[in-house]
Amino acid sequence: MASTTSVSLGQRASLTAGQLPRFSPIWLLVISWIVVGGLFTILVLAGITEDFNLVGTVFFGTLLYAAIIYVASRIVEGARKATDRLMAALVTTAFIVALLPLVSLVSTAVISGAARFDVTFFNNSMRNVVGDAPGGAIHAIIGTLEITGMATLMSVPIGLLTAIYLVEYGRGRLAQAITFLVDVMTGIPSIVAGLFAFAFFSLILDQPGIRFGFGGAVALSVLMIPVVVRSCEEMLKLVPNELREASFALGVPRWLTVVKVVLPTSVAGIITGVMLSISRVIGETAPLLLIAGFTQSVNYNLFDERMMTLPVFVYTQYANPGSDVQAFLDRAWAGALTLIVIVMLLNLIARLIARFFAPKIAR
Amino acid sequence: MSKRIEVNNLNVYYDKFRAVEDVNLTIEPRTVTAFIGPSGCGKSTFLRTLNRMHEVIPKARVEGEVLIDGNNLYGPGVDPVLVRRQVGMVFQRPNPFPTMSIRDNVLAGVKLNNKRISKTDADDLVEKSLRGANLWNEVKDRLNLPGSGLSGGQQQRLCIARAIAVSPDVVLMDEPCSALDPISTLAIEDLIEELKQEYTIVIVTHNMQQASRVSDKTAFFNIAGTGKPGKLIEYNDTATIFSKPTIQATEDYVSGRFG
Repeated sequence: MASTTSVSLGQRASLTAGQLPRFSPIWLLVISWIVVGGLFTILVLAGITEDFNLVGTVFFGTLLYAAIIYVASRIVEGARKATDRLMAALVTTAFIVALLPLVSLVSTAVISGAARFDVTFFNNSMRNVVGDAPGGAIHAIIGTLEITGMATLMSVPIGLLTAIYLVEYGRGRLAQAITFLVDVMTGIPSIVAGLFAFAFFSLILDQPGIRFGFGGAVALSVLMIPVVVRSCEEMLKLVPNELREASFALGVPRWLTVVKVVLPTSVAGIITGVMLSISRVIGETAPLLLIAGFTQSVNYNLFDERMMTLPVFVYTQYANPGSDVQAFLDRAWAGALTLIVIVMLLNLIARLIARFFAPKIAR
Repeated sequence: MSKRIEVNNLNVYYDKFRAVEDVNLTIEPRTVTAFIGPSGCGKSTFLRTLNRMHEVIPKARVEGEVLIDGNNLYGPGVDPVLVRRQVGMVFQRPNPFPTMSIRDNVLAGVKLNNKRISKTDADDLVEKSLRGANLWNEVKDRLNLPGSGLSGGQQQRLCIARAIAVSPDVVLMDEPCSALDPISTLAIEDLIEELKQEYTIVIVTHNMQQASRVSDKTAFFNIAGTGKPGKLIEYNDTATIFSKPTIQATEDYVSGRFG
């Protein structure tokens, strides 16, 4: 009884401290945004700025929130908790700063790309498109899928096997040299990869102006292999050594251990890594501009003639508009949106595959 | 099924460091032999040389002989994979394969080696091995669930079932109970008692009572100091080691005055 009376009298028991109400951080964040938004609205109304600054509102609002929550917490909760709140607020700010460009990019692509994101866009090429004919990007979509698919087909086996060598077999100088070269390869500018493929094929095929899809796939796999090696290596290293030992102790040879224990255990991570590497190269423009070239027509054949790809399509539509500039810009945006959608779909599929294969834990 | 192990002048190295020095001992078939000694004295290292798991570690090597029924494990042309099929191993921490169901974990030794096995044979083998590991009654209704969903003690018995499913001649156990509670430990000790009928068992343990309960013979390893190699100090019947050892260091260790 004595202790409850003393608390009710306002004296603090030694284990209790002041606390901000439970949802106060969220309310403070919303209020900060509203306050900063109000300031920007006044600027708009006063005619100083033309448009309402949404990005600025979110950014400065979050900063204001960090300051307010620190002060409020300092007053009510004390120094230690205030520091904790400040750090949490700074982390939140960093998250929002990272998210802003992404949201802005996607929304811009969706808004600007929606104009031409229609059926015509997906079943027409640009062949004989003149005047106000709508035109489409089927040739570029086919090119992107074929060239990236081919690049994946070449890079994944090479990259995965290299990673397996480095993690499971590699010892000493050779492994060190490979790791070093992979690191160097990661830093190759994409245009150099394109030049390499172009020089290689024009020399061995003796065609000075060679342009074909397979060359593009080779250039992309030069960029892709190091990414695949790196990510697969990290994933394979995550597999506990105990599982390998358990398998060895059952009299399973090393290669079967790798195929049947190590790879299945890490398959989810490997798929994610491969997806990341595909996302890394599917948007490459420079090497494809050099070696795959550009065209207005559909070309299914990787090994002959120029091949259009989505990034190059976007580039050409934007860089060389005809008389109706807006139509070209709309097509460029729709092409960019298509590229984003393709990458998102691939990621979604990879997630599903990874979930399907991932080690199951019964609980 | 079980075989005699004879070790002659065995030295074990990690690169240039000699971890175990000059071990000589003979392990009789169908017995349980316990290795005791302070941490870092080379018990586990020595155990791992008995099925050539030692060389999985880079730069590790072995000098001397390990004879299993007269065949030298370290002789020329010996395939470590074949050695490990005869000498099974259970590790300190339970390590069932996370991608496999309980049933597949038991069959791992068969399936991972790409051997074909008919469904009825497989069912029989699963039941026999799980019964052998005292786990059958607990998991018979959920054989197709992942092995990682079992409790620690059950997982360890699953690992023992997995090891005996390939019908080895010798089973090595590296502190199999150190991560388990007393009840699971008891279950595994009972199991060791049963397995002794068919297999030669070598067990590393830090638990003196366990060594005295389960083993027929005990080997005491010790180390002179950090950086010095571990040595086999005394090897004798368990009763002798724990009642009247011949060497003072052994008596100090088993009576708790040291280590």
